[in-house]
Amino acid sequence: MKTQTKSVDIDRSAGDFAYPEVHVRDAGAGLSEKTVHYISDVKEDPDWVREFRLRGLKTFLEKPLPTHWASKDLETINFDKIRYYLAPGTGAKRSWDEVPEDIKRTFERLGIPEQERKFLAGVEAQFDSEAVYSNIKKAVGEQGVIFVGSTEGLKNHPEIFRKWFGKVIPIGDNKFSALNSAVFSGGSFIYVPPGVKVKHPLQAYFRINAENFGQFERTLIIADEGSEVTYMEGCTAPKFNTTTLHSAVVELIALKGAKIQYITVQNWSANVFNLVTKRGLAHENAEVKWIDCNIGSRLTMKYPGVVLKGRKARGEVLSIALANNGQHQDTGAKMIHAADETTSNIISKSISVGTGRATYRGLVHVPKHLKNCKNNTECDALLINSTSRTDTYPAITVRGTGNAVQHEASVSQVSAEQIFYMQQRGLSKAQAMSLSVNGFVNDLVRQFPMEYSVELKRLIELEMEGSVG
Amino acid sequence: MKTLTIENLRVTIADQEIVRGLSLAVPRGEVHAIMGPNGSGKSTLAKVLAGHPDYQVTAGSVTMDGENLLELEPDERARKGIFLAFQYPSEVPGVTIANFLRAAVQSRLPEGEELEATDYYAKLYEKMELLGMDRAFTSRAVNEGFSGGEKKRTEILQLAMLEPKYAILDETDSGLDIDALKTVAHGVNSLRGPDIGILLITHYQRILNYIVPDDVHVMVQGRIVRSGGKELALELEERGYDWAREAAGEMALTR
Repeated sequence: MKTQTKSVDIDRSAGDFAYPEVHVRDAGAGLSEKTVHYISDVKEDPDWVREFRLRGLKTFLEKPLPTHWASKDLETINFDKIRYYLAPGTGAKRSWDEVPEDIKRTFERLGIPEQERKFLAGVEAQFDSEAVYSNIKKAVGEQGVIFVGSTEGLKNHPEIFRKWFGKVIPIGDNKFSALNSAVFSGGSFIYVPPGVKVKHPLQAYFRINAENFGQFERTLIIADEGSEVTYMEGCTAPKFNTTTLHSAVVELIALKGAKIQYITVQNWSANVFNLVTKRGLAHENAEVKWIDCNIGSRLTMKYPGVVLKGRKARGEVLSIALANNGQHQDTGAKMIHAADETTSNIISKSISVGTGRATYRGLVHVPKHLKNCKNNTECDALLINSTSRTDTYPAITVRGTGNAVQHEASVSQVSAEQIFYMQQRGLSKAQAMSLSVNGFVNDLVRQFPMEYSVELKRLIELEMEGSVG
Repeated sequence: MKTLTIENLRVTIADQEIVRGLSLAVPRGEVHAIMGPNGSGKSTLAKVLAGHPDYQVTAGSVTMDGENLLELEPDERARKGIFLAFQYPSEVPGVTIANFLRAAVQSRLPEGEELEATDYYAKLYEKMELLGMDRAFTSRAVNEGFSGGEKKRTEILQLAMLEPKYAILDETDSGLDIDALKTVAHGVNSLRGPDIGILLITHYQRILNYIVPDDVHVMVQGRIVRSGGKELALELEERGYDWAREAAGEMALTR
């Protein structure tokens, strides 16, 4: 491709910046009881949290890696080399003027709003583990909404926090939820009082910025009866030579008639293991909706789920995964129907580029005694190159009668004729490819909030630039 | 002279020679028709002019206003002013006509210049009206689920929007009923003018009743065997392609 002009000649390593930084607290590498005690000491955890962590550690050490079904690549993670806790010094470290021009340009190209650029550049906001939530917190506080970091949440609001923490995703749910339970820090705690509809989406950004440092944030969101809230999580990570582990746990509780929408657009660098457990609990007439976009990482394993516990509860997962060279996006959704008249909807789209691999894993469970439950599952895969790979593992168990399930899957390819047709109209091969990919995800992206759909579109364009020879 | 010039062009695909020493010049401001039987290499010629990667040019040259086209990528040729209305246009799933054309128009602007959205839509709607297309059409994905007529009309809409220097219309008349044909022809005729040269490739004489060419060339077995005025099309219609084939035979003998 001939894109010689300076302004479009993107240095693809521009997003991979990292600043040298000084950590004032460091648990060292490796994981043992000592590490857990160290974290608990530094964070001044209440006893019950310390015990929770220790149980997490025990479970983590006991559980084998899930390589009997998941990628063997997990075996390459050296858990002894990872540093499990790192707290930053306080305050911002640098001014916007000090941020390198090429990074500013990348942000601009990605259409990231001013405020967020400063955050991403490390001018504002948190480093590593400790979350900083600024103005939004104050604004929603007037409605009685609690929006704090998980540490502050468990300390200052134990009556709500403790009631729900670890209930949707128990310690032993899987090896990585156990790991997170042992060493979690950062993440958000949100409580929305009954009937309160939070107008603006609440946002938090996470960013890994230390070599061999795993990010283990823990988020707990509770929407009380009849309330509504949208949470947005965005990630960008600098690139490191050694493996980085990100293993978050996110629990959502939507009480009677409440609505929670959780949006993630992440763009991990190509060496990150992203092993995340996300699940929501929907009570009667409540709705939990996950919008999940996975770009980058070496291996992502993430299957947002909804337990439909109350009558007429609704669950939805809309996901997009883009696996580029050497990457494996192993993503999907889980819908556990546990009450009558519950409905779930899963729409998953994946794009595999170069040697990238996208795997869809779905679990839909409707037990025998339930009536009038509905599930709709659609998964579409797009393969860009002949070396690209996709697999689909839908597991749908529906027992009993009077339940309706619908499943559709497709695999398609961008044909050489289609690219030629688009080139004939003046688009470069790379532009043609990225427009095709955007077309593929278009109907899904249209359901996203505006700023996220724009950002996602640009991210896809950047990813596709290197995909054509 | 501003001309699209093809000289002694030879083209192969999978070691089979399809175009065998073809020469032709289409000056701007003129409409030239190429007629020929199935398998004569008409569509190959169209694709080669547009730069389709499957074909190998083994000899000859193609120049546009003096510039060598053959060394350019398909998108470079397009931006410099070559347009091909496809016989079988591809679908572009999920990409609306409005967005697709917008990207195409944008690609012709100098670096750093943004397309003015209001001007773009004003022009788009004007051209759609010319082709009797409903505005709602712009929000449909390119060629997805289109009827034959809708596809051809969309090709001409793109032609109208992109204002090329040379347009190659590859069997734009095929699969069209008489009303659709008239609409498409009306669209093409309204684009005729001193700034554009049009190469109209067709199997049938019918479309030439509506888009009257300046010159007609008969193509058989990868070569132009006869050239003449518009009356040549009628003669060919009367005498059939066998007559043209005989001419091709004569040519082969005299080489």
